[in-house]
Amino acid sequence: MPKPIRTLIYPLILAVILGACSTQGTPAGGGGGAASPGASAVGKAFVFASTQFTPTTEQEAMRTKILAAYKGAGVDFITDAEAVILDRITAEAKAGGQGQVGIIGLENGQFGSLVGPGYLQDAGTVMGKYKDAGIPADFVTLGKAGGTTQVYIPWMQATYFLAVNKKALPFLPSGADVNALTYDQLISWGKNIQEKTGKRMIGLPAGNNSLLHRLLQGYFYPSYTGGLITTYKSAEAETMWGQIRELWKVTNPQSTTYAFMQEPLQSEEVWIGFDHAARLINVLKAKPDDFLAVPAPAGPKGRYYMSVVVGLAIPKTTPNQAGAEALIDYLLKPETQIATLRENSFFPVVKVDLPTDLNPGLKLEAAAVAKQAGSKDAKVVPLPVGLGAKGGDLNKAMIDTFSRIVVKNEDIKTVLAEQAVLVQKAITDANAKCWGPDGTSTGPCQVK
Amino acid sequence: MSDVAREAGRGRGGREVLPFALLLPSVVFLILLIVIPMVQALLLAVQGDNGDLTTEHFQRMLGDTAFRDALRNTLLLLVLIVPLQIGIALAMALLVHSRFRGHAWFLYIYAIPLAVSDLAAGILWLSVFTERGYLNSILQGLGLIKDPIIYLSYESFGTILGAIVIAESWRATALVLVILVAGLQLIPRDYFEAADLFGASRLRRTIHIVLPLLRPSLQSALIIRTIFAFGTFAAVFALAGRNMPVLAGEAYSWYANNRNAHVAASYALVLLGLAIVMTVVYLRVLGIREAERTR
Repeated sequence: MPKPIRTLIYPLILAVILGACSTQGTPAGGGGGAASPGASAVGKAFVFASTQFTPTTEQEAMRTKILAAYKGAGVDFITDAEAVILDRITAEAKAGGQGQVGIIGLENGQFGSLVGPGYLQDAGTVMGKYKDAGIPADFVTLGKAGGTTQVYIPWMQATYFLAVNKKALPFLPSGADVNALTYDQLISWGKNIQEKTGKRMIGLPAGNNSLLHRLLQGYFYPSYTGGLITTYKSAEAETMWGQIRELWKVTNPQSTTYAFMQEPLQSEEVWIGFDHAARLINVLKAKPDDFLAVPAPAGPKGRYYMSVVVGLAIPKTTPNQAGAEALIDYLLKPETQIATLRENSFFPVVKVDLPTDLNPGLKLEAAAVAKQAGSKDAKVVPLPVGLGAKGGDLNKAMIDTFSRIVVKNEDIKTVLAEQAVLVQKAITDANAKCWGPDGTSTGPCQVK
Repeated sequence: MSDVAREAGRGRGGREVLPFALLLPSVVFLILLIVIPMVQALLLAVQGDNGDLTTEHFQRMLGDTAFRDALRNTLLLLVLIVPLQIGIALAMALLVHSRFRGHAWFLYIYAIPLAVSDLAAGILWLSVFTERGYLNSILQGLGLIKDPIIYLSYESFGTILGAIVIAESWRATALVLVILVAGLQLIPRDYFEAADLFGASRLRRTIHIVLPLLRPSLQSALIIRTIFAFGTFAAVFALAGRNMPVLAGEAYSWYANNRNAHVAASYALVLLGLAIVMTVVYLRVLGIREAERTR
């Protein structure tokens, strides 16, 4: 082959490989090191379907490292987008009999659409085995998805915080403590940076597939209004949206294309990024000396933060009941929980002593999580509870509120009145009672 | 058809069975994978959770904040991308067809983007256009700009649109090219020889022989490319994020993120409707006479 052609062919092959990697869907089969030679003795091999660990490196770490010491029935770990995993469970449930998926790992808010139609087992008995494991009682309650039966077993946890490039520190407003910021100080910080450097260096994940709705549900809304649904169009909410507009003015205008903040932080398009721990960890691991991880800012009502719980559940169509339970047992062992933290940056839910030799990026993250939870004004919010399949409608209503008020600059009062109708419809359709910062209610939670 | 096949195809009453038998697999395929899902999508869009007919989902779609923008952007992309691609592809096809030395290599190089998936192409171009991307690095390296330009800002719709048009043209022009090259090869050489005999210039040959005889291929290329343009969204997702909703992207979003298959199906039906209208328009406008069809 002539040389110029060869140089053309290699990038082409690379592009094809990259293309193959970017498409969703991981072929099943070859459960990696998980399948033990004696698998037949411990029952049928099964699929572990998860919406977590979708990046290829995390999948590999799960298959070859986290599950390395597991000795039970063969496990084929697959991950995909929420819709794909939920559809697969639904399809297997509708087909009846035995499916292939033996166990699922989803984020707290993703279980809803499987609970309503009754596709999952009552996990109460399994949960009982771990009453002394030190799993926080709140997490166990969350695992009931707003009902009375246990839907999932808490598996691992994460939260959101700020990652800060140390280059931003000289511009910190006077009197502000980077470990105890308020939203007002964050805005002034962004303004300072813009005045002195001419650049907008705060980044918000406001692109497609970002978690912006979680920042609104767990951070901005409760911190400013002390609620979420009940206070959706309150006077405090109007003030909050005014402030988010101010923040947006000093936010990098490419934010509407950001899904994960770690990339723009690493390329220094932004210096300050607010996102989910798993979407910040790469930059903290890559440049631990250049970055700080600090708690989320506080608003007038406190420093609210969201706790993300990822849980394990067994579908009724599981092909291997004992195998699924044995896998839960393995995943909740302190050693496995620490391996999960080391490899894929999700924090343990059982009581463990964190090892001292953690990766520096993970140490930054662990410190931020501890500081955030330990702040004097800290208050924790769960992911929305009891919304089931209507969770998507609520998220959509909130993201649209953001787009209309902040990006398109529409009138705050009008937008809140219109979007509140959609928020209320999602809540009423799901018959969801108030949760977290909104307190409790007897009927569906009401926008006031 | 060979005599043996003709013999075998003659069924009872002397009627030809074979053509139908040969068509059967593709008909089954189309029914299973196209017709049934299409009917299901239609039902999803017009049925409520309890199975009653409803316009609720359509109203929801029409009332969606993104709907009008998505419709406008989809049509805008169509109007910008399709003519551009047909033009470029035609030029490239004529170039390849002129059989200069090494023309086959040109075809291979032009076809490279066909091997790249939509999303990979989007991400590739994102690495070009992002603030710290290749384009800014090159411009800065050449000393043409001091600070990086932000092309993908929600504040500058024009640059986002430009980036998408470039990315999409790069990615899908080759598809049109392949159809046109095939069409060019179907034109009998006699016509060119006759033109040469009468001393027609290359331009006249192109206008009076190539373009008219290429019309069936152009029509197929236009229809295929337009339908694909309605479905464009991976490159738009990668480059524009939430800045530029398009119909196919909204359908995906409603299904995958909002978990509402009903509204997603309504969006899909709008796309189907648009695609049908455009196809009919092309068939009418570029109407191909029976003589040309059987040529």
